[in-house]
Amino acid sequence: MKVLLMYPDRDFDPKSELPANEIALTQDLELETLWDAMADGDPFLYGIARPAVLLGLTDPDEIVYRQRVLTDCLEHEEVVRQMYALAIEAIQSERKVNWLMSSASPDRILYRSVEILKLQVAVLRRLRQLAEETAGSFQSDGFTRFFAMLQQELDDDYLQTVERHLQALSFRRGVLISAALAKGNKGSGYVVRTPRRRRWTEQLPLGKRPASFTFQIPPRDDRGFLALANIRNRGINPVSNSIARSAEHVKSFFDMVRSELAFYLGCLNLHERLDEKAEPTCLPIPLPVGRSVIDARGLYDVCLALHVDERVVGNELGADDKSLVLITGANQGGKSTLLRGVGVAQLMMQSGMFIGAEAFRANVCEGIFTHFKREEDTSMERGKLDEELSRMSDIAEAIAPNCLLLCNESFASTNEREGPEIARQVVRALLEKGIKIFFVTHMFDLASGFHAQGLRTALFLRAERKPDGTRTFRITEGEPLSTSFGGDSYRRIFG
Amino acid sequence: MARSLRSDTEPSPAGGVAKQRAPAEDVRSGSFESILFDKPGASAEAMRLGEPDFFGDLNLDQVLESMMAGRSEYDLGPFFYAPLHEVESVTYRHEVLRDLEKSDVRESIQAFARRMRQMREHLAQVERLRYALQKQAWFLDAVTIYCEAVRLLSEELVRLDVVSRGLNEFRDYLTNYTASDGFGSLAVETEASRELLASVQYTMRIRADRVTVSRYEGEADYSAELEETFAKFEQQTPKSYLVNYSEDPEMNHIETRILELVARLYPDVFGPLDEYCTRHRDYLDEAIDRFDREVQFYLAYLELVEKLSESGLPFCYPQVSAHSTRTFADEAFDLALAIKLIGERSEVVCNDFYLEEPERVIVVTGPNNGGKTTFARMFGQLHYLASLGLLVPGTGAQLVLPDRLFTHFEKEENIATLRGKLEDELVRVHEILGEATGESVIVMNETFSSTTLQDALFVGTEVMKRILALNPLGVYVTFVDELASLSESTVSMVSTVVPENPAERTFKIVRKPADGLAYAWAIAEKYGLTYERLIERVVS
Repeated sequence: MKVLLMYPDRDFDPKSELPANEIALTQDLELETLWDAMADGDPFLYGIARPAVLLGLTDPDEIVYRQRVLTDCLEHEEVVRQMYALAIEAIQSERKVNWLMSSASPDRILYRSVEILKLQVAVLRRLRQLAEETAGSFQSDGFTRFFAMLQQELDDDYLQTVERHLQALSFRRGVLISAALAKGNKGSGYVVRTPRRRRWTEQLPLGKRPASFTFQIPPRDDRGFLALANIRNRGINPVSNSIARSAEHVKSFFDMVRSELAFYLGCLNLHERLDEKAEPTCLPIPLPVGRSVIDARGLYDVCLALHVDERVVGNELGADDKSLVLITGANQGGKSTLLRGVGVAQLMMQSGMFIGAEAFRANVCEGIFTHFKREEDTSMERGKLDEELSRMSDIAEAIAPNCLLLCNESFASTNEREGPEIARQVVRALLEKGIKIFFVTHMFDLASGFHAQGLRTALFLRAERKPDGTRTFRITEGEPLSTSFGGDSYRRIFG
Repeated sequence: MARSLRSDTEPSPAGGVAKQRAPAEDVRSGSFESILFDKPGASAEAMRLGEPDFFGDLNLDQVLESMMAGRSEYDLGPFFYAPLHEVESVTYRHEVLRDLEKSDVRESIQAFARRMRQMREHLAQVERLRYALQKQAWFLDAVTIYCEAVRLLSEELVRLDVVSRGLNEFRDYLTNYTASDGFGSLAVETEASRELLASVQYTMRIRADRVTVSRYEGEADYSAELEETFAKFEQQTPKSYLVNYSEDPEMNHIETRILELVARLYPDVFGPLDEYCTRHRDYLDEAIDRFDREVQFYLAYLELVEKLSESGLPFCYPQVSAHSTRTFADEAFDLALAIKLIGERSEVVCNDFYLEEPERVIVVTGPNNGGKTTFARMFGQLHYLASLGLLVPGTGAQLVLPDRLFTHFEKEENIATLRGKLEDELVRVHEILGEATGESVIVMNETFSSTTLQDALFVGTEVMKRILALNPLGVYVTFVDELASLSESTVSMVSTVVPENPAERTFKIVRKPADGLAYAWAIAEKYGLTYERLIERVVS
């Protein structure tokens, strides 16, 4: 039984290995803010949101599959939260039954597992009933399949069979165990057998040697009772193992229900937060890997929006067929925010979420990488460049064609002549490798150099600055300027 | 009370109680005595020997100990205490060793040894167990393993390329033995008994205090049914809830009771088993048993040789002779020290020596801690190992088979004898000189050092003269340089130092006059005061 709400064809594994650059990505794009909003204080939701965002999809069909499930969730929030609660209840069945000692014997394990299964089966029945009641109103392939499966696999006949077994496992009428002789003629290979019902025609004729012998343990033979219990336990060991595993399997099923719903619950939580601020959200249109597309209206950085009280400024971005986007312009003009906005939107889109924009269309990337200037690295100049180069070297180790690289003032920690040259070589090489690059830089030399080449695949953006020096936080197309208007800051501060 | 119904009055099948039948000698044509000794009766004679006096001095006890690790059950010591005195006896062993150096031959014999060991473990278990029905099952397994061990070894020795007299004769013996009626019926009956036991299947119905034992009649597996029911929830969870039960070979009284009832349900199986055990009580062939033990002597040593060879240390088959005009060893080393150094991953220094008519005694002098004692031990070890018919350390060697080997290494003062140290030593040396002959090998180390140089020179010279009169082969380690040039029978060898740093030893013992010049030269070199250096340095 599979849940398949995250993928059409496989389970979601929140323990999958995360991309090697997850730490940089989290730090540079401030993803903790996003996950905190999704979790809304629930560590479990956080634990699902994080890998779900970091382990993005690259198949547009799979992205749309999630988007449709998400749409159902947005429309039927109550039912979804109810299912989630049922999953939690089933998972907690274990805690309602006696704790198991590590030295437990098979009969103790069996008893406990049967009790857990009884509770779990009751929840399974309720989950199926919920599915029956609401099936018609859900539209997505994911939920339609999930509900159909519940109704088909967990019909009354089946649940009754399970309950009958759970009764029988108390072995009220004794247990029948078969055995063969192993090393040293010791009984072994114990297997619990279903007793045959002997019909009267099978009765042995009188006088034939009996096919069985019976003995009884004397009441005070304590060692005898222990020895017998030992044989019985060895016999039911595989049965107990199988039932304990079944209980665990049923629990894993509910774990899966919980994990997969948790992602959508996270989305619901985030949606609520953005709704409160009246920030727009939309389901982005994912395009296949290959042609480079980014076309956005009202794009903003969701993490920034979650941080500040006022509404944030959205940006237009038309970078279809552009593989290099160089952003220059005024300090504090919103360059980094745009860069983060692009990164966060790309990640959210690829995890099947809505994004912070009025409209968004982009090709999927095979991986998203960030190379941001690190504020905390204010050590010696030399050490700082080393650190930057080493991070870029890590990226080079992991990056591949059809990835997206976001550079924020990379190599600015060195002097004007080295920095641009390094950057130029890095950019040129990666572009040739088919990597899409967004590069925020102050380095006029670098930006104007690329501008002068007149590449059709390059787009030059500039942070807007009104002639009086105030910022609009809008980024518009414009060639690089030889000043970042640092003088404005100087004047503002020194008057 | 919970004993077997049929056998509890019988003696245990392999219990070593009074033998009712003699081994079936009629079916065994030919005989085989020993893989170690070419002479009849020599094997039995060796068993009476104890550790020779010189074992400790030559550290051979350490060598033996490292070889015996994991082999204590074979009691190989006596074989190491019994040197050979005839060249043919040594050749007999060299041939077997060369066969055993072939990995396929060795593997076959090792597999045989493993099975024999397993068989003995089973017999020991038979002894430990109390219930006849259990003893019988273990005994049956022991015989099964034995039949397999013998049959496989016999087949493989026919297939493999064995050229030694010893292994050829043993192979012929095995071929006859395995073709005999006695072995044939043992194997057939063993297999039949196993099949019968394997066919036994029964059920126990356990309800409160009542147990009903019946024949198994095809009742369905309940866990399979359960697993099918829950299969739809199957996930890949590796966790197992199986409780581990230790497999104690013993049975408790309930198990015994059940087994007893099973035996009653299946009288056609357990009746014949009982008879089988009585009939084949003395199945083990003596010659095969002895081979199993003796061949370990070779395997133990080859294992050691292999371990040291892996570290680049050479071994060779020495040429041996009863009397010799030339004795030598190239790149030899102290085996006991090598075992220790290899364990510590330290380097082992090899040394050469030769003695040519009329040379008989090597006199070793030179700086202390330079490897003199090690060299002396090595000399003794080489001769002893050669006389055991074994490979010796070195790339090549020619060695004599001595009639006796004597060692005298400096001992702690002995309070019990109330004699002084020098006197003690003289008593011991006197004993040696009384027993040694021209065919003996003598190794003497650091003797007479507890007296003044003048006394040591006097006593040493006197003892050396007596030794030279007896004319044995030997090594004499001393700090008295003069002893090195007493006669044409003595050869001087000197421990050496690193020229740049006289405090560092090379552990090389080289043939050169004992004039103390090596030490002086090294110091001179370091300070640039050698002849050549002075010629260069001093302005002309």
